[in-house]
Amino acid sequence: MGYRTPLFAEHEALGARMVPFGGWEMPLHYGSQVREHHRVRRDAGMFDVSHMLVVDVVGGEAATFLRRLLANDPARLRTPGKALYSCMLNQRGGVIDDLILYFRAPDHYRLVVNAAVAERDLAWMRDRTEGLAVTIQPRRELAMLAVQGPNARAKAADALPAELRAQALGLQSFRAAEQGDWFVSRTGYTGEDGFEIVCPGGEAPALWRGLARTGVAPCGLGARDTLRLEAGMNLSGQDMDETRGPLESGLAWTVAWEPAGRDFIGRRALEAQRARGGLRRMVGLLLMGRGVLRGHQAVLSNGEPMGEITSGGFAPTLQRSIALARVAPDLGAECEVSIRDRAVPARVVKPPFVRNGEARIDL
Amino acid sequence: MSNTPGDLKYTEEHEWVRDNGDGTLTVGITDHAQEALGDLVFIELPEVGRRVEGAQACAVVESVKAASDVYSPLEGEVTETNPALEGAPETINEDPYGEGWLFKLRPSAASPLDSLLDAAGYRAFLEQEA
Repeated sequence: MGYRTPLFAEHEALGARMVPFGGWEMPLHYGSQVREHHRVRRDAGMFDVSHMLVVDVVGGEAATFLRRLLANDPARLRTPGKALYSCMLNQRGGVIDDLILYFRAPDHYRLVVNAAVAERDLAWMRDRTEGLAVTIQPRRELAMLAVQGPNARAKAADALPAELRAQALGLQSFRAAEQGDWFVSRTGYTGEDGFEIVCPGGEAPALWRGLARTGVAPCGLGARDTLRLEAGMNLSGQDMDETRGPLESGLAWTVAWEPAGRDFIGRRALEAQRARGGLRRMVGLLLMGRGVLRGHQAVLSNGEPMGEITSGGFAPTLQRSIALARVAPDLGAECEVSIRDRAVPARVVKPPFVRNGEARIDL
Repeated sequence: MSNTPGDLKYTEEHEWVRDNGDGTLTVGITDHAQEALGDLVFIELPEVGRRVEGAQACAVVESVKAASDVYSPLEGEVTETNPALEGAPETINEDPYGEGWLFKLRPSAASPLDSLLDAAGYRAFLEQEA
């Protein structure tokens, strides 16, 4: 049996299908994953993401530590509440995890990491604090909900503590506001507008019920995965991992090369990769023939292997099958995918596939 | 607990079989199977006229989660497939024993229907699998 979030009883009461995920018992869906997907694209849905770990990085040398730890540059954050997406690399330039970093004060940052590798992340971070005035503080007592969709912010505002409401509604994208242990950011993992809300675990059930009362639909990890795939967002451990770094995972834009003197972990390995050239690249695929794209299917060109799908599935918004794939640099605009021993034609496209409810590729 | 109508036969691969009384059988996947698979998004059906053996993979149902083979419950010839599933695979989730049927089969003479599980047998099988 896995760990349970403070919302476990809510999921059970709603008849969720619970599945093991990264050591946790989490809701896969509450009846229909596809219906939940559409609710987020068209209205508002909520996800229990309390399995993700909030980590506070505190101390006079927090910035020094983070600028060494992360491939993106925390120095880009200068105002309280500003957020930055980054990979945390190993020495070989592979991705240990991806995360969102928030600036709260010059000596106080917050990051949110993935559940499955949270312990590994903590150990890695702690091992690198030596000699620095910085402490790593996991905040397991905090719960986290994502509220996503075109109507998410308006509906969520009513369920937030009154003193946070106006601030939350005034947030720009990738900004956060806080009040006590409540922390609201205009971020997400679906390609829709919305909030991610951190609050004390004991207050999460009341927030969940409050959101349900304003018409926000409970959504499980199944819909979360199809939404993020349509949004062209990577899943750490699947689309990139400790052997496949950001340059081969469509995440070169998250690597801050400047200033050249910032010696972040993995920098030398990435520079060597870049100098060597011939790197595989991440592309989107749209299936033209019949079937469903899935992870690990081979990408072919004229029968020759050219790469592999890292995430694939049926895209409910597009009513087509799509994928992210890591392919040879010279793959053209057309390819085939080996689906159950048949080569089925597919088109190479540039993610995202969907943003804010609209298709962003030609179908 | 999933629905298992008493007038049908079942297989351990979670197909159901209805005797149409005209020498043909209708085949689909059970309520338990559709629930375990989750929302169905793609169906591949056998060609009409195809000869299939008992327990031979002859159709594919793909859900948001995974692809699964559907096995022919008995030896015979495929006589008809459900055209409604092409554009609406979710019909199987909504009505697995009715509108969500997959294909019809004319079993060969040597293919006894009573070799399959009855509803009580299938329910016992499900309990033992759980």
